[in-house]
Amino acid sequence: MNLTLRIWRQSGPQDKGRMVAYQVDDVSPDMSFLEMLDVLNERLILSGEEPVAFDHDCREGICGMCGLMINGEAHGPQRGTTACQLHMRQFSDGDTIDIEPWRARAFPVVKDLVVNRGAFDKIIAAGGYITAPTGSAPEAHATPVAKADADAAFEAAACIACGACVAACPNGSGMLFTAAKLTQLSLLPQGQPERYTRVIGMVDAHDEAGFGGCTNAGECTAVCPKGIPLNTIGRLNRDYLKATAKGAGTPGS
Amino acid sequence: MDLFTEGDPIADTKAPDGPVETRWDRRRFDAKLVNPANRRRMTVIVVGTGLAGGSAAATLAEQGYRVRSYCYQDSPRRAHSIAAQGGINAAKNYRNDGDSVHRLFYDTVKGGDFRSRESNVHRLAEVSVNIIDQCVAQGVPFAREYGGLLDTRSFGGAQVQRTFYARGQTGQQLLLGAYQALERQIGLGNVEMNERHEMLELVVVDGRARGIVVRDMVTGEISTEMADAVVLASGGYGNVFYLSTNAKGCNVTATWRAHRKGAYFANPCYTQIHPTCIPVSGDHQSKLTLMSESLRNDGRVWVPKAKGDDRAPRDIPEDERDYYLERIYPSFGNLVPRDIASRAAKNVCDEGRGVGPTKLGVYLDFADAITRLGRKAIEAKYGNLFEMYERITGEDPYEVPMRIYPAVHYTMGGLWVDYDLQSTIPGLFVIGEANFSDHGANRLGASALMQGLADGYFVLPATIANYLASGALEKVDAGHPAAVEARAEVEDRIRRLLAVDGDRTVDSFHRELGQIMWEHCGMERSEAGLRKAIDEIRALRQEFWKRVRVPGSGEGLNQSLEKAGRVADFFELAELMCIDALHREESCGGHFRAEHQTPDGEAQRDDDRFAYVAAWEYTGDGEPVVLHKEDLKFEYVHPTQRSYK
Repeated sequence: MNLTLRIWRQSGPQDKGRMVAYQVDDVSPDMSFLEMLDVLNERLILSGEEPVAFDHDCREGICGMCGLMINGEAHGPQRGTTACQLHMRQFSDGDTIDIEPWRARAFPVVKDLVVNRGAFDKIIAAGGYITAPTGSAPEAHATPVAKADADAAFEAAACIACGACVAACPNGSGMLFTAAKLTQLSLLPQGQPERYTRVIGMVDAHDEAGFGGCTNAGECTAVCPKGIPLNTIGRLNRDYLKATAKGAGTPGS
Repeated sequence: MDLFTEGDPIADTKAPDGPVETRWDRRRFDAKLVNPANRRRMTVIVVGTGLAGGSAAATLAEQGYRVRSYCYQDSPRRAHSIAAQGGINAAKNYRNDGDSVHRLFYDTVKGGDFRSRESNVHRLAEVSVNIIDQCVAQGVPFAREYGGLLDTRSFGGAQVQRTFYARGQTGQQLLLGAYQALERQIGLGNVEMNERHEMLELVVVDGRARGIVVRDMVTGEISTEMADAVVLASGGYGNVFYLSTNAKGCNVTATWRAHRKGAYFANPCYTQIHPTCIPVSGDHQSKLTLMSESLRNDGRVWVPKAKGDDRAPRDIPEDERDYYLERIYPSFGNLVPRDIASRAAKNVCDEGRGVGPTKLGVYLDFADAITRLGRKAIEAKYGNLFEMYERITGEDPYEVPMRIYPAVHYTMGGLWVDYDLQSTIPGLFVIGEANFSDHGANRLGASALMQGLADGYFVLPATIANYLASGALEKVDAGHPAAVEARAEVEDRIRRLLAVDGDRTVDSFHRELGQIMWEHCGMERSEAGLRKAIDEIRALRQEFWKRVRVPGSGEGLNQSLEKAGRVADFFELAELMCIDALHREESCGGHFRAEHQTPDGEAQRDDDRFAYVAAWEYTGDGEPVVLHKEDLKFEYVHPTQRSYK
């Protein structure tokens, strides 16, 4: 396949940035999308140009490091698939493909397609855990967990923090990410003692980090490569309301 | 041989003697403690945030130490432990199927082909049960039975069901547990987290590890960070082969730099080639994807009986198929350990019976399991893996058997550590895959997660206290001549890499190095091949420093520069791996020397000559390395020819 790529180039946070067109020929349908970018970068290096910076690591769709807006869709056209797992057989000869970074107030661009998603870590640090210092754990079978709850907790825990939900959201909201962690922990008996301080802490941190509010657009769950369901946000809202009514503070307060 | 000389043996591993089941208790009791008020004045650097590094940093901070943590990813949650799929072993015996700490210990020593240290492995089996408790308390969503209790499954090399799992994402869920504990400590101000930072040098002051030199990968700034002790949890070196199941960023630099500063590197040739990976599809291939070993619980491995049988798999009748693992190893069948399954796949492909476009592949077939259990049950167990397979290959494994082939997956070798997980440099501790410790010459499935968390949550926090309590360290800062020198070395190396300005990319060198290693230091090794590889590696390394092109500058994000530094270190490691493989004139576990096999093609150990850990000392560029032997004693598990038949 021969393709035209239009890629966002931005040398650093201060640069305004622009789309630049590149021609890439002889692309195999068996290549992954990132392997296609590797080919482009090899060529750019040899012709004395600066290669395109993009984040990636495991290339198995689990580390959450890669994240590209491909033709305006987070992670591209294939549902349930991260950019690294997207293969070129999803495209056709002669296609023009636009490649851009995540765009959200909370995710400033570092360079080209690389953004800073540190805001997600701040949300977790503000309560996205169960306090269980090493050595303090009771015997694992002391607390059975109903299989349905365990399965639902797992489904929410599958989030890889790639940030596609934020990039797809018209408000740049991080609610699906926040709700996924809250859902996992609030479904488990181990997560009950901190349930209400956790939701206050995480939602406050979410808002402080510059994410927008949720208006139930549902774009987040549509692009989520792990299929985190939208009803997690409903759960978050219910818990937040209860927490406010109870006058719960933030963790440790 | 002029490649190495032999130095003094390693006499003391610090492991207590006496009954093996009491050693860890006694070590913990004998270890000195640091009182809580003093812990606040002590700083520990932890490099890497995977299962080992993340759990260690969180636990040390909980205990009151000041911790500085570093990772090259943009978040500690992305360390490559996250990609581990299948599960984690623990001797809980919830199945009442005859498991025990002693059996896990026995299986692990045997699985490692009698090349690991009994004291360490027993400790690992002991703390395995605490790990499950700890992770459940953190909210790790393990698979459960309808009664609400934890489910387990079988893994290779064991006849009991002791593997706990969270669908095909066990590593992810365990890592997020550790990550959340770490983030809690970051939020409390007890851990200073440095993402997108890469350790490029170790600072050794008066023979002790006292700090590291790091590069901020976003700004390019080089800085020197000092501490009371340094912990390396930087993972394995499988990417020396270019193609492996490791994440693209995985590298040996942290441990290699420590090796050059005096830490011995042990058993570098012990590489695990995982039998169930998706085969290479073309020259563009940038990495290989593992299909979890858990699939071998229900999938049956086969090739056509006849050479060159090109029919579609469903058109090949049952009696013209060779379920070769079930045929050769009737008692373990498809669940033989990884090294054995990999070599068997290579053998049938070498015979011309491989399948798929490249003929380097074998079938992993779920038809029987789907008939027996129903498609729904298979979906529930392996759904995400099947989807991943289809995304990558474009084939539906519910309809067509998967094609799999072995690929580099894990490295059992690593920096040598004593029983306390301390390297030969005092104050430098090494945990997780980065050390050589517990897996001998072959790691059993679901044991990497166990070891990473055992080291990080339970072992290191006890043993590092003993070091920190053993006498006040002199106060040093980044202005110390040794620190200044280490920093200057880093800056000089970056300047040299940028200055070559040649005509080949870093990746082109890395790929070529990988081919040499796969061909000569991969699944089967021979004296002639290894000697050839050493010559080729040396020549290629010279060419690298003459012809590599690293665009851009050292200021700011430069992914080519990061890769160049890592590949430069891989060249040096590759040579040591080949020397180690050459000197070990026996076959054991993942190290298979063509000259040393039993009449039926199994690994032939030579316990009289090689029942030792090979710990290599660096003595200078171009100088022969020095071999130090740590003799292995087997008091409980007596070495036998491993048999899974």
